[in-house]
Amino acid sequence: MELNQIMFFLLSGLILLFSVLTITSRRILRAAVYLLTVLVATSGLYFLLKFEFMAAVQLTLYAGGIVVLIIFSILLTSHISHKFEKPELVNVIVGSVTGLVGCATAIWSIMAFPFSPTTQPALDVNMKQIGMHLMNTGHLGYALPFEVISVLLLASMISAIIIAKKGN
Amino acid sequence: MIQGIPIQYFLIVSTIMFFIGVCGFIIRRNLITILMSVELILNSVNINFLVFNRYLYPHQLQGNFFALIIVAIAAAEASVAIALFINMYRKFNNIDVENISEMKY
Repeated sequence: MELNQIMFFLLSGLILLFSVLTITSRRILRAAVYLLTVLVATSGLYFLLKFEFMAAVQLTLYAGGIVVLIIFSILLTSHISHKFEKPELVNVIVGSVTGLVGCATAIWSIMAFPFSPTTQPALDVNMKQIGMHLMNTGHLGYALPFEVISVLLLASMISAIIIAKKGN
Repeated sequence: MIQGIPIQYFLIVSTIMFFIGVCGFIIRRNLITILMSVELILNSVNINFLVFNRYLYPHQLQGNFFALIIVAIAAAEASVAIALFINMYRKFNNIDVENISEMKY
Protein backbone atom coordinates (compact mmCIF):
# COMPACT_ATOMS: atom_id res chain seq x y z
CA MET A 1 0.00 0.00 0.00
CA GLU A 2 1.38 3.35 -1.00
CA LEU A 3 1.83 6.31 1.27
CA ASN A 4 -0.87 8.48 -0.25
CA GLN A 5 -3.36 5.61 0.02
CA ILE A 6 -2.56 5.23 3.71
CA MET A 7 -3.03 8.99 4.11
CA PHE A 8 -6.33 8.90 2.25
CA PHE A 9 -7.75 6.07 4.35
CA LEU A 10 -6.56 7.72 7.56
CA LEU A 11 -8.16 11.06 6.66
CA SER A 12 -11.43 9.58 5.42
CA GLY A 13 -11.65 7.36 8.49
CA LEU A 14 -11.21 10.43 10.68
CA ILE A 15 -13.84 12.32 8.67
CA LEU A 16 -16.46 9.56 8.88
CA LEU A 17 -15.85 8.71 12.54
CA PHE A 18 -15.98 12.29 13.73
CA SER A 19 -18.97 13.20 11.53
CA VAL A 20 -20.94 10.43 13.24
CA LEU A 21 -19.72 11.62 16.63
CA THR A 22 -20.74 15.21 15.76
CA ILE A 23 -24.37 14.29 15.30
CA THR A 24 -24.58 11.68 18.08
CA SER A 25 -22.71 13.44 20.88
CA ARG A 26 -25.02 14.60 23.65
CA ARG A 27 -22.73 17.34 24.91
CA ILE A 28 -22.84 20.23 22.48
CA LEU A 29 -19.35 21.63 23.10
CA ARG A 30 -17.85 18.23 22.35
CA ALA A 31 -19.91 18.11 19.15
CA ALA A 32 -18.32 21.41 18.12
CA VAL A 33 -14.82 20.06 18.75
CA TYR A 34 -15.65 16.93 16.72
CA LEU A 35 -16.84 19.20 13.90
CA LEU A 36 -13.49 21.00 14.09
CA THR A 37 -11.70 17.66 13.64
CA VAL A 38 -13.85 16.86 10.60
CA LEU A 39 -13.00 20.21 9.01
CA VAL A 40 -9.27 19.86 9.64
CA ALA A 41 -9.27 16.33 8.16
CA THR A 42 -11.14 17.69 5.12
CA SER A 43 -8.42 20.25 4.59
CA GLY A 44 -5.98 17.33 4.70
CA LEU A 45 -7.95 15.77 1.82
CA TYR A 46 -7.60 19.05 -0.09
CA PHE A 47 -3.83 18.94 0.43
CA LEU A 48 -3.92 15.37 -0.91
CA LEU A 49 -5.73 16.66 -4.01
CA LYS A 50 -3.03 19.35 -4.41
CA PHE A 51 -5.39 22.29 -3.89
CA GLU A 52 -3.19 24.11 -1.41
CA PHE A 53 -5.10 27.38 -1.64
CA MET A 54 -8.44 25.75 -0.89
CA ALA A 55 -6.89 23.82 1.99
CA ALA A 56 -5.60 27.07 3.48
CA VAL A 57 -9.01 28.71 3.01
CA GLN A 58 -10.63 25.70 4.68
CA LEU A 59 -8.30 25.90 7.66
CA THR A 60 -8.61 29.65 8.19
CA LEU A 61 -12.27 30.22 7.34
CA TYR A 62 -13.97 27.01 8.45
CA ALA A 63 -11.72 25.68 11.18
CA GLY A 64 -10.64 29.12 12.35
CA GLY A 65 -13.73 31.23 11.78
CA ILE A 66 -16.97 29.28 11.71
CA VAL A 67 -16.08 26.84 14.50
CA VAL A 68 -15.05 29.71 16.78
CA LEU A 69 -18.34 31.44 15.97
CA ILE A 70 -20.27 28.25 16.79
CA ILE A 71 -18.37 27.75 20.05
CA PHE A 72 -19.08 31.36 21.06
CA SER A 73 -22.77 30.92 20.37
CA ILE A 74 -22.78 27.67 22.38
CA LEU A 75 -21.20 29.45 25.32
CA LEU A 76 -23.76 32.25 25.02
CA THR A 77 -26.82 30.03 24.78
CA SER A 78 -26.26 26.90 26.89
CA HIS A 79 -24.52 25.59 29.96
CA ILE A 80 -21.36 23.60 29.40
CA SER A 81 -22.38 20.78 31.71
CA HIS A 82 -25.81 20.52 30.10
CA LYS A 83 -26.52 17.15 28.54
CA PHE A 84 -29.23 16.69 25.93
CA GLU A 85 -32.02 14.20 26.41
CA LYS A 86 -31.98 11.24 24.12
CA PRO A 87 -33.69 12.02 20.80
CA GLU A 88 -37.07 10.45 20.17
CA LEU A 89 -37.06 6.96 18.71
CA VAL A 90 -39.29 7.98 15.78
CA ASN A 91 -36.84 10.71 14.79
CA VAL A 92 -33.89 8.34 15.03
CA ILE A 93 -35.60 5.72 12.87
CA VAL A 94 -36.75 8.23 10.25
CA GLY A 95 -33.31 9.89 10.12
CA SER A 96 -31.38 6.63 9.89
CA VAL A 97 -33.66 5.20 7.21
CA THR A 98 -33.41 8.40 5.16
CA GLY A 99 -29.64 8.40 5.53
CA LEU A 100 -29.17 4.74 4.67
CA VAL A 101 -31.54 4.72 1.69
CA GLY A 102 -30.11 7.93 0.26
CA CYS A 103 -26.57 6.71 0.84
CA ALA A 104 -27.24 3.38 -0.86
CA THR A 105 -28.89 5.04 -3.87
CA ALA A 106 -26.11 7.59 -4.28
CA ILE A 107 -23.30 5.06 -3.94
CA TRP A 108 -25.01 2.68 -6.34
CA SER A 109 -25.29 5.41 -8.97
CA ILE A 110 -21.68 6.50 -8.39
CA MET A 111 -20.44 2.96 -8.94
CA ALA A 112 -22.59 2.56 -12.07
CA PHE A 113 -21.53 5.84 -13.71
CA PRO A 114 -18.58 5.73 -16.15
CA PHE A 115 -16.38 8.70 -15.30
CA SER A 116 -14.32 9.85 -18.27
CA PRO A 117 -11.54 12.35 -17.55
CA THR A 118 -10.38 14.80 -20.20
CA THR A 119 -7.15 14.17 -22.02
CA GLN A 120 -6.01 17.78 -21.85
CA PRO A 121 -2.87 18.55 -19.84
CA ALA A 122 -3.39 19.43 -16.21
CA LEU A 123 -3.19 23.03 -15.08
CA ASP A 124 -0.68 23.95 -12.42
CA VAL A 125 -2.75 25.56 -9.64
CA ASN A 126 -0.82 28.39 -8.08
CA MET A 127 -1.76 31.66 -6.44
CA LYS A 128 -1.06 33.71 -9.57
CA GLN A 129 -3.43 31.58 -11.67
CA ILE A 130 -6.16 31.84 -9.05
CA GLY A 131 -5.77 35.60 -8.76
CA MET A 132 -5.82 36.09 -12.53
CA HIS A 133 -9.00 34.04 -12.85
CA LEU A 134 -10.69 35.71 -9.91
CA MET A 135 -10.19 39.22 -11.27
CA ASN A 136 -10.75 38.41 -14.94
CA THR A 137 -13.93 39.50 -16.74
CA GLY A 138 -13.36 37.56 -19.97
CA HIS A 139 -13.40 33.83 -20.66
CA LEU A 140 -13.14 31.76 -17.44
CA GLY A 141 -13.18 34.95 -15.40
CA TYR A 142 -14.87 35.09 -12.00
CA ALA A 143 -15.04 38.84 -11.34
CA LEU A 144 -18.85 38.90 -11.17
CA PRO A 145 -19.28 36.08 -8.58
CA PHE A 146 -16.47 37.65 -6.59
CA GLU A 147 -18.30 40.98 -6.43
CA VAL A 148 -21.64 39.31 -5.68
CA ILE A 149 -20.05 37.40 -2.80
CA SER A 150 -18.58 40.59 -1.37
CA VAL A 151 -22.01 42.29 -1.47
CA LEU A 152 -23.57 39.18 0.14
CA LEU A 153 -20.99 39.22 2.95
CA LEU A 154 -21.64 42.91 3.58
CA ALA A 155 -25.41 42.35 3.66
CA SER A 156 -25.15 39.35 6.01
CA MET A 157 -22.80 41.26 8.32
CA ILE A 158 -25.19 44.21 8.57
CA SER A 159 -28.21 41.94 9.07
CA ALA A 160 -26.40 39.93 11.77
CA ILE A 161 -25.59 43.13 13.67
CA ILE A 162 -29.17 44.41 13.37
CA ILE A 163 -30.74 41.09 14.38
CA ALA A 164 -28.50 40.46 17.38
CA LYS A 165 -28.47 43.98 18.78
CA LYS A 166 -30.24 44.52 22.06
CA GLY A 167 -33.57 46.39 21.97
CA ASN A 168 -35.00 47.99 18.87
CA MET B 1 -5.27 12.40 -10.74
CA ILE B 2 -3.91 10.91 -7.55
CA GLN B 3 -1.91 7.69 -7.85
CA GLY B 4 -3.73 4.59 -6.58
CA ILE B 5 -6.95 6.29 -5.45
CA PRO B 6 -9.88 6.07 -7.89
CA ILE B 7 -12.40 8.91 -8.00
CA GLN B 8 -15.12 6.69 -6.53
CA TYR B 9 -13.35 6.50 -3.15
CA PHE B 10 -13.53 10.26 -2.68
CA LEU B 11 -17.13 10.37 -3.87
CA ILE B 12 -18.18 7.61 -1.47
CA VAL B 13 -16.57 9.40 1.48
CA SER B 14 -18.31 12.65 0.62
CA THR B 15 -21.64 10.87 0.03
CA ILE B 16 -21.53 9.21 3.44
CA MET B 17 -20.61 12.54 5.03
CA PHE B 18 -23.52 14.25 3.24
CA PHE B 19 -26.04 11.72 4.49
CA ILE B 20 -24.65 11.82 8.02
CA GLY B 21 -25.38 15.55 7.84
CA VAL B 22 -28.93 14.92 6.59
CA CYS B 23 -29.47 12.35 9.35
CA GLY B 24 -28.27 14.81 11.99
CA PHE B 25 -30.53 17.48 10.54
CA ILE B 26 -33.52 15.21 11.09
CA ILE B 27 -32.55 13.70 14.46
CA ARG B 28 -31.29 16.64 16.50
CA ARG B 29 -33.50 19.29 18.06
CA ASN B 30 -31.00 21.90 19.17
CA LEU B 31 -30.63 24.64 16.56
CA ILE B 32 -26.85 24.91 16.90
CA THR B 33 -26.47 21.17 16.28
CA ILE B 34 -28.67 21.55 13.19
CA LEU B 35 -26.37 24.33 12.01
CA MET B 36 -23.40 21.99 12.49
CA SER B 37 -25.16 19.35 10.36
CA VAL B 38 -25.62 21.95 7.62
CA GLU B 39 -21.89 22.72 7.81
CA LEU B 40 -21.18 18.99 7.34
CA ILE B 41 -23.41 18.94 4.25
CA LEU B 42 -21.75 22.02 2.72
CA ASN B 43 -18.33 20.57 3.44
CA SER B 44 -19.09 17.30 1.67
CA VAL B 45 -20.31 19.23 -1.38
CA ASN B 46 -17.02 21.13 -1.36
CA ILE B 47 -15.06 17.88 -1.43
CA ASN B 48 -17.14 16.77 -4.42
CA PHE B 49 -16.43 19.97 -6.36
CA LEU B 50 -12.69 19.76 -5.78
CA VAL B 51 -12.53 16.06 -6.64
CA PHE B 52 -14.38 16.57 -9.91
CA ASN B 53 -12.07 19.48 -10.68
CA ARG B 54 -8.94 17.43 -10.05
CA TYR B 55 -9.97 14.14 -11.66
CA LEU B 56 -12.23 15.04 -14.57
CA TYR B 57 -11.31 18.61 -15.63
CA PRO B 58 -7.77 19.28 -14.45
CA HIS B 59 -7.22 21.91 -17.17
CA GLN B 60 -9.74 24.31 -15.60
CA LEU B 61 -10.31 25.82 -12.17
CA GLN B 62 -14.11 25.89 -11.98
CA GLY B 63 -14.50 23.49 -9.06
CA ASN B 64 -11.97 25.46 -7.07
CA PHE B 65 -13.92 28.69 -7.47
CA PHE B 66 -17.26 27.04 -6.73
CA ALA B 67 -15.79 25.65 -3.51
CA LEU B 68 -14.40 29.08 -2.62
CA ILE B 69 -17.81 30.69 -3.12
CA ILE B 70 -19.54 27.96 -1.09
CA VAL B 71 -17.16 28.59 1.82
CA ALA B 72 -17.99 32.31 1.70
CA ILE B 73 -21.73 31.58 1.61
CA ALA B 74 -21.36 29.16 4.54
CA ALA B 75 -19.66 31.89 6.56
CA ALA B 76 -22.43 34.39 5.75
CA GLU B 77 -25.13 31.84 6.60
CA ALA B 78 -23.49 30.89 9.90
CA SER B 79 -23.21 34.51 11.00
CA VAL B 80 -26.86 35.33 10.28
CA ALA B 81 -28.05 32.04 11.82
CA ILE B 82 -26.09 32.60 15.01
CA ALA B 83 -27.44 36.15 15.32
CA LEU B 84 -30.94 34.67 15.05
CA PHE B 85 -30.17 32.00 17.67
CA ILE B 86 -28.90 34.57 20.15
CA ASN B 87 -32.01 36.67 19.63
CA MET B 88 -34.24 33.61 20.11
CA TYR B 89 -32.39 32.67 23.29
CA ARG B 90 -33.07 36.16 24.61
CA LYS B 91 -36.77 35.79 23.84
CA PHE B 92 -37.54 32.14 24.67
CA ASN B 93 -34.63 31.17 26.97
CA ASN B 94 -33.74 28.07 24.99
CA ILE B 95 -33.04 27.18 21.37
CA ASP B 96 -34.86 23.90 20.79
CA VAL B 97 -36.80 23.78 17.56
CA GLU B 98 -40.15 22.73 18.97
CA ASN B 99 -40.27 25.58 21.48
CA ILE B 100 -39.85 28.15 18.76
CA SER B 101 -43.02 28.11 16.73
CA GLU B 102 -43.12 31.80 15.93
CA MET B 103 -40.28 34.11 15.00
CA LYS B 104 -42.01 37.45 14.65
CA TYR B 105 -42.04 40.19 17.23
